[in-house]
Amino acid sequence: MTTTEPTPEVVVDPNAINLTINGRPVAARKGELIIAAADRSGDYIPRFCYHPRMSSVGMCRQCLVEVEGPRGPMMVVSCMTPVAEGQVVRTETDQVKRAQEGIIELLLANHPLDCPVCDKGGECPLQDQAFSHGPGESRFIEEKRHYEKPIAISDLVLLDRERCILCDRCTRFADEVAGDALIHFTSRGNNTQVQTFPDEPFSSYFSGNTVQICPVGALTAQPYRFKARPWDLEKTESTCTTCSVGCRITLESSRDELLRYQGVDSDPVNHGWLCDKGRFNFESVKSDARLSNPLVRDGASLVETSWSSALSTAASIITSALRSGGATRVAVLGGARGTNEDAHAWAKLADALAIDSVDAQLGDGLPAAVLAYPQATIDDASRASTIILLSPDLKEELPILYLRLRDASEKKRSRILEFASKGSGLTRYAWKSVPHMPGNQAKVVASTLSESVVSAQLAKGSVVVVVGRSNLAESDEYTMAALDAVMAAHPSATVLPVLRRGNVRGALSAGLGRRDAVDILTDAANGEIDCLVLVGSDPIADFPDTDLARRALAAVPNIIAVDTFATASSTKATVLLPAAAFGEKDGSTTNLEGRVTRLARKVTVNGTSRPDWMVALELADILGHDLGVASVAEVHADLVSSNPVFGPATRAALSAHPDGVVLAPLATATSTPVAPPVAEKPGFGHRLVVGRKLYDNGRNVSESPSLAPLAPGSYLHMHSLDLERLGAADGASVKVSGDRTSIVMNVVADDSVQRGTVWAAWAQSGANIGELIDATKWVNDVRVETL
Amino acid sequence: MARLSEENVRLANEIIGRYPRARSAMIPLLHLAQEQDGHVTNEAMTHIGELVGATSAEVYGTASFYEMFKFEPVGKYLINICGTMSCALMGAEELMHHAEHRLGVKLGGTTDDGMFTLERAECQAACTEAPCLQVNYRYRFRVADADFDSLVDDLKAGRLNDEIPAHGTVARVRQHIPVDRGVGAVPPEDVTEAPTWMDGKAAL
Repeated sequence: MTTTEPTPEVVVDPNAINLTINGRPVAARKGELIIAAADRSGDYIPRFCYHPRMSSVGMCRQCLVEVEGPRGPMMVVSCMTPVAEGQVVRTETDQVKRAQEGIIELLLANHPLDCPVCDKGGECPLQDQAFSHGPGESRFIEEKRHYEKPIAISDLVLLDRERCILCDRCTRFADEVAGDALIHFTSRGNNTQVQTFPDEPFSSYFSGNTVQICPVGALTAQPYRFKARPWDLEKTESTCTTCSVGCRITLESSRDELLRYQGVDSDPVNHGWLCDKGRFNFESVKSDARLSNPLVRDGASLVETSWSSALSTAASIITSALRSGGATRVAVLGGARGTNEDAHAWAKLADALAIDSVDAQLGDGLPAAVLAYPQATIDDASRASTIILLSPDLKEELPILYLRLRDASEKKRSRILEFASKGSGLTRYAWKSVPHMPGNQAKVVASTLSESVVSAQLAKGSVVVVVGRSNLAESDEYTMAALDAVMAAHPSATVLPVLRRGNVRGALSAGLGRRDAVDILTDAANGEIDCLVLVGSDPIADFPDTDLARRALAAVPNIIAVDTFATASSTKATVLLPAAAFGEKDGSTTNLEGRVTRLARKVTVNGTSRPDWMVALELADILGHDLGVASVAEVHADLVSSNPVFGPATRAALSAHPDGVVLAPLATATSTPVAPPVAEKPGFGHRLVVGRKLYDNGRNVSESPSLAPLAPGSYLHMHSLDLERLGAADGASVKVSGDRTSIVMNVVADDSVQRGTVWAAWAQSGANIGELIDATKWVNDVRVETL
Repeated sequence: MARLSEENVRLANEIIGRYPRARSAMIPLLHLAQEQDGHVTNEAMTHIGELVGATSAEVYGTASFYEMFKFEPVGKYLINICGTMSCALMGAEELMHHAEHRLGVKLGGTTDDGMFTLERAECQAACTEAPCLQVNYRYRFRVADADFDSLVDDLKAGRLNDEIPAHGTVARVRQHIPVDRGVGAVPPEDVTEAPTWMDGKAAL
């Protein structure tokens, strides 16, 4: 008699693989490479070309290991061979050692032994592995190869071909990761070398990464070259706040001087990559132009004074403004460039004084309501089946986010649906790029999303909307209306707000977005503000409507500025207080997805500069308000306990999670939708579109000698057919007129600009396009005439 | 010199049309550029990059692998002396020295009158006839010093005009491929059947 017992269901993971490395069992995933599995099991395999963030090429042959095969052990390249069930891998046999030593000996046949004068010496994979896995001697007695010593392959990167071991890392990075295949192997064969095309430099926004991943000293960065030896560098992990992507970096200094930043591989954020602006703008921290002592106005000039007298002057300005007309007579602009703690301290001060005119943005972002939509992370976006872009050119504004989304498209995970007034860096990767006239975005979005092919695509999976301010010459309400159009068509979509300044999300979440800067500056221009506090903000340079900013600052009797530099706005101050810069203060920052990470102090402050939070606390103290906090740690603790949005970002949580803690959306209700008028095409003239370039005349570029020359300058971009119609030659000077004034600019043909519009870059040296923007208008039209 | 001429752009697009990926046409287009200008110019490489969707650096990286693509003007007659084993044993080195002396240029150089470019080449598959050389890719076998001198004299005097085309570079892109034999005209992902020549038989 038999009984049939139900066999217990064994769940077998079809992707699990078990192999043996050096006699120890290792669990791996299908498709994983031997070298990656060995890294996890602690069996280090030497390598030069393998990089976990790029495809394997098996170029250097250093990672040879022995794998048991049907005809006995055989040598395989572990960066090209995937794991297999039951595989037996040995990484330390005599045969493997012989192979490793042989490769090193061959690499060193031509590699110069100039380690004592090489930037890489001391942190060089070739040097290290020659010691750990090399034969210790060479049979080669021949003269080594000689090339011209470093050739500049871009303004920032130098190439020393003698040292190159042809691992393909930089060229692979340029092609696969950056999408700028401007360097390539040339003269393949005996004389293979990495080269650019003649007279076409490696002018990628990401070129600095090639220096970091070069396994020898072949690529060196101009700003760091010969500045330090690696063993003299002290390193601290921090977060870059140049833009709001928040890439993890190490701050590296020697003798209290910042010397370089290196990317840290943060899986949810930057994958180890940095843009050149973020990597090299450490130069601005040590600029001679930094303010080092407080300044107080004496007639036409600002004179140095002590902190105590400057602070008491500032306090008396605030007191008299409050006394004369109450809290509405005082306004605060800025706070998006500092830490969360800076923002919280200023928010507390504003609370204590009941000041409502506070904005961390300068009319160049989006309403804080954008943070109250269901939020997406960068990872969500890069895994979404559809990415809808209602954003500015991410390559120019948030370069590492551009890399992540480009990767999503190139690896066929996502389709990009772009709505833009001008072609962007992502246009060539987009599934569809739908142009729209400024003022017409919501209508175009609604009609496109109702197309059957588009709605079928949206139905395939998750949808993430990347939303930001794409045009400074157009009301932000149009972007919000377009976002609402997407949400109406696809309510389950999530939103990744791409506001630009380093800690704008932290500042808004901390409560520094109470009233729109446009309204504050309009009040100021009407003489309704007696005291304007600028916390690291420069409205004259950054507010889109230059004329309004200028009139506002001229009409305010007393300005208190806290800044690292004397700027167009801060030099108009009655009291100008020097602020500690990035790298000079501790704290935390919040990136565009609401991820809070820790910032580290690496060098002492310039002169007597103080961090923004300290200035707020001291002002509060003099004004007779005890904010109940006295150190950055206490400010942070108070932020976490008093502001529910920051609740999860406790000190302990931030220490435990170096990749950061993601905050919940803001609890404020979505703004009541303002229905902006659909602005039809101008009958006369061109509609103005103003965007940003990565390099502009902002202080962290203009005060970094290596980056400053890279800013393109001010040009008017126009479609070639419009240019032909205008009858102007490419590069000619033209007169561009708005309602208020006209400026002279050089016009260039650019077919990524739509016909009927003209495009100009914000904040470039030369003609200031801000003169033509009226922030109170829905859209701005200009007339272009030949001279 | 210049980018591809209007006529050559038309031809280039026709060549690109033969391939499922535009990039695959890169080498035929480089031949076309070399045929146009006698060597591959930077402007032409940039133009080819635009046509096939590659950066100039990628085009240059590909082109520079091939010895027969020239990046500088080449003489009317390109003389390649084989320097590989059989020829070397049979006096190719001496022949090269003689040729250098006779023409007054080093290997790789071009004579001032633009008539001759002298190069050392790898095996030309004529080992039984060593030492051998090619003039504009036309063979000359068992070349003695005196043969070389008379070859140069004949070329200068135009006595070999019928035999040797007066263009120092290779350009053979004009081969005619009928549409029905268009190699690889179907993108790989669209291939559902075995090639007709396999006739049902699996490859070994």
